Amino acid sequence: MLYFIGLGLYDEKDISVKGLEALKSSDEVYAEFYTAGLFGTSILKFEELLGREVKILTREEVEEEIIPLKEAINQDISFLIAGDPLIATTHTDMMMQAKKRGIKTQVIHSSSILSAAPGISGLQAYKFGKVTTVPFTEENYFPHSPYMAIKNNMEQDSHTLVLLDIRAHENRYMTVNQGLEYLLNVEDQRKEGVITENTLAVAIARAGSPNPLVRADNIGTLMKEDFGGPLHCIIIPSKMHFMEAEYLVAMAGAPEDIIK
Amino acid sequence: MSRRDKMISKIKKLMYQPTYIRNIGIVAHIDHGKTTLSDNLLAGAGMISSDLAGDQRFLDFDEQEQARGITIDAANVSMVHSYDDDEYLINLIDTPGHVDFGGDVTRAMRAVDGAVVVVCAVEGIMPQTETVLRQALKENVRPVLFINKVDRLINELKLDSTELQNRFIKVIASANKLIKNMAPKELKDKWQVKVDDGSVAFGSAYHNWAINVPIMQESGINFNDILNYCKNEEQKELAEKVPLTDVLLGMVVEHLPSPDESQAYRVPTIWPGDLESEEGKAMINTDPDGPLAVMITDVSIDKHAGEIATGRVYGGTIEKGTEIFFVGSHGTNRIQQVGVYFGPERVNTDKVPAGNIVAITGARNAVAGETVCNVGRKIKAFEGLEHISEPVVTVAVEAKNTKDLPKLIEVLRQVGKEDPTVKVEINEETGEHLISGMGELHLEIIAYRINEKGVEIETSEPIVVYRETIAGTAGPVEGKSPNKHNKFYIEIEPLEDEIFQAIHDGEIKEGRVKGKEMAAKMIELGLGKDQARKIWNVYRRSLFVNMTRGIQYLDEIKELLMEGFESALDDGPIAREKVVGVKIKLMDAKIHEDAVHRGPAQVLPAIRKAVYGSLMLAEPTLLEPIQKVFINVPQDYMGSSTREIQNRRGQIVNMSQEGDMATVESKVPVAEMFGFAGDIRSAAEGRCLWSTENAGFERLPRELQKIIIREIRDRKGLSPEPYGPDHYIG
Ligand SMILES: Nc1nc2c(ncn2[C@@H]2O[C@H](COP(=O)(O)OP(=O)(O)OP(=O)(O)O)[C@@H](O)[C@H]2O)c(=O)[nH]1
Ligand SMILES: [Mg+2]
Repeated sequence: MLYFIGLGLYDEKDISVKGLEALKSSDEVYAEFYTAGLFGTSILKFEELLGREVKILTREEVEEEIIPLKEAINQDISFLIAGDPLIATTHTDMMMQAKKRGIKTQVIHSSSILSAAPGISGLQAYKFGKVTTVPFTEENYFPHSPYMAIKNNMEQDSHTLVLLDIRAHENRYMTVNQGLEYLLNVEDQRKEGVITENTLAVAIARAGSPNPLVRADNIGTLMKEDFGGPLHCIIIPSKMHFMEAEYLVAMAGAPEDIIK
Repeated sequence: MSRRDKMISKIKKLMYQPTYIRNIGIVAHIDHGKTTLSDNLLAGAGMISSDLAGDQRFLDFDEQEQARGITIDAANVSMVHSYDDDEYLINLIDTPGHVDFGGDVTRAMRAVDGAVVVVCAVEGIMPQTETVLRQALKENVRPVLFINKVDRLINELKLDSTELQNRFIKVIASANKLIKNMAPKELKDKWQVKVDDGSVAFGSAYHNWAINVPIMQESGINFNDILNYCKNEEQKELAEKVPLTDVLLGMVVEHLPSPDESQAYRVPTIWPGDLESEEGKAMINTDPDGPLAVMITDVSIDKHAGEIATGRVYGGTIEKGTEIFFVGSHGTNRIQQVGVYFGPERVNTDKVPAGNIVAITGARNAVAGETVCNVGRKIKAFEGLEHISEPVVTVAVEAKNTKDLPKLIEVLRQVGKEDPTVKVEINEETGEHLISGMGELHLEIIAYRINEKGVEIETSEPIVVYRETIAGTAGPVEGKSPNKHNKFYIEIEPLEDEIFQAIHDGEIKEGRVKGKEMAAKMIELGLGKDQARKIWNVYRRSLFVNMTRGIQYLDEIKELLMEGFESALDDGPIAREKVVGVKIKLMDAKIHEDAVHRGPAQVLPAIRKAVYGSLMLAEPTLLEPIQKVFINVPQDYMGSSTREIQNRRGQIVNMSQEGDMATVESKVPVAEMFGFAGDIRSAAEGRCLWSTENAGFERLPRELQKIIIREIRDRKGLSPEPYGPDHYIG
């Protein structure tokens, strides 16, 4: 049996009771944190809570060697993933491989930024369009597609959840400021007027923690602020329902004039 | 004022009159007499004493050059010559003829506007003659012809007047054929060399005389007279009647272009910037008042003065004490001195204007091929100076004493700077550094120079550089990204010979393709229209063609795909040697929508795996470097000499005889050529002239493939056998 267990958003206590039970009954426990991390905890606390060892796998060990799958052939394995296991990181390939090899699987859900972010920003979940991620710029790699996704969503009157790149092994987590700067740089090149200093954006930090931050303002203002430790993400709202706008003003310090 | 000072002030005045300047290179096959000629021209112009010239090969300053009797480094000199009541400043570069130092010729051609192609009358046009002529024409450098060593035709081969003339006609005809084939379209007729107009001269550089048809008419000296002077050992008298300097430099002034004439047609081909811009116009017009534009063509390290960068000023004026900017490396330097050549010496001056060759002292950031401008007035870089041949031999060097370890690294960097055809790979971890060069001699000289710079080194036996390619086809082959969310499908086949050759000859430039400018040429070479328009990248004599249509996000990862393609070809799957001569077509791609799931960490391995897998499926083959070997020996030694070739897996391509001498032309793998110099000397008891020419790469014989692959892999610490295709695409 291979359990895909969601760890939720913030610390070791976000796992579901069902998840905890599955985990305790497993022969081995693996985890991956290369796509998202839990900032409110450490692996040690986890091991303490469970009273057993948790082996952390690298991207290569998951994607190329597929260790959890290999180990699950004749024992029960738990594979822990931050958030909801099959959402942000797509482990669907492993699910299919498991089916091919006759290995049973079970998915144990937990909360995901995909529902948490719309939730705490007061923006209605069904009004969101395609999710996009801003990558760290690298030599030969500066895709415009995050910007294009926002543009397309805007044209459909849909909000955009913009996730920000994570390089856990290099201890780099993109901040809201870096993400906005990236989008402004794309704007500089494309000049389609989608993202400007005057565009309204919502900065979200540490969702799921005891002190989450939600801050809405125009990008020019947000660029000057510091949102604290990781993880961060951004929402670019499109046309808003008056309730959404009022929420942002009341709860996220957005300028009054967004309520028309 | 002393004579010397007068001369210097003359040069400084002529510098500002481009019409009265000639920048020329002396080029030829090895030993055809370039240095003897250059020496005697200098002596004739009164720049050095005639006792020093000729026999002593004054311009082969270097100890190794003297010891080996060949030129290794190009030498810059200048002289003033009077012609028709006017004085001309002649800047001359004597280039080496040995193939191993061909990089010097390539670079010198960017500094000059005209070339004197020297051809030994006995040997005739040789492959290296063809190569240097190609190097000149590729740079739009106009040639004139000097048929040298005519004294030997008369005194040794005993030709009569008719045979002599037939011999000349043959040489001229083949030179013109080469010019016709290789010169730019609009110039190939105009640039034919002609006996009648005096763009061809004959003579003896060694005995200091030369003649051409206009001078014959003027002086009344005919071929019979020349025969007699030579036979009667009266060449001294002949040299007084028709001095080498007058005839040769007369030909140069008359037929080779001045910088202002030549820059007008050369600048558009060597500088890719906007010709209507201020700097573009300055270069076209050789304007000393425009923005500064200098191309560095040579860097040497002077024991006292440090880095000396020699270059050609195309636009503006370079001034001592100013701050210059290197366009390629973004470095800046304050120039300590600028100088011009006075005879063989450098003399310092305050500034050097457009149209001249300048020596810059204190340009620590300079490397050959760099573009220099003034700080704050950036210009577009000149076209690069690609040398046609690539290094084929490597040695490992280590410092003898551990205390020299850091110094060795510094010296190796210097060596790489001085000679850009040398490839230096520094490995600070093992202390074993690799130097790759054009041949055994090249590496010997480099090793010697490292020792000279005060670091004792030990060198390994030379190792040959191999190439990887394919004999078959494969595909579509699928390469998956680690996260399995991206897939690329490629097909592979050997690149068409015509295209391979065109890239090799520089007709098609390597690099990432920007627009569609290459398509027409590719179609002309036989590539299908569907492919010609969709070439993404030309790299290592290979093509990467995008055959897909309308795939979303492909544009965003195009650069990554090219980077992956390039890095796969840098390190082939057979033995981590470079891959050449393949055509890779991207047939389809499945790309993840979200940008983080298709970054470098996903795309690079995916495309590399597809390339490796497909190479291993398409009959992977190792290629080895080949040299042509030309031997000239007395008949009696022909047998023992050809045996030397045959013992080295060599093939005799051609044999001919003339008088008592036999000429053998052959092809031999470079791997078998080590130690040839000594062996052929004993085989022919020292009575043998020989030269080599790089002849590209050929398939290693089947029976050797496995053995050599194993050898290379062992040496590199790889597993003994290459991985099969499944390793990459399973
Ligand atoms: N008889 C005769 N010998 C000549 C003549 N010109 C040059 N030589 C001899 O040919 C040999 C080679 O001459 P170099 O001037 O060193 O030739 P090079 O072209 O500079 O040679 P590399 O620089 O090594 O390519 C020397 O021994 C010269 O003395 C000539 O006109 N007549
Ligand atoms: Mg020479």
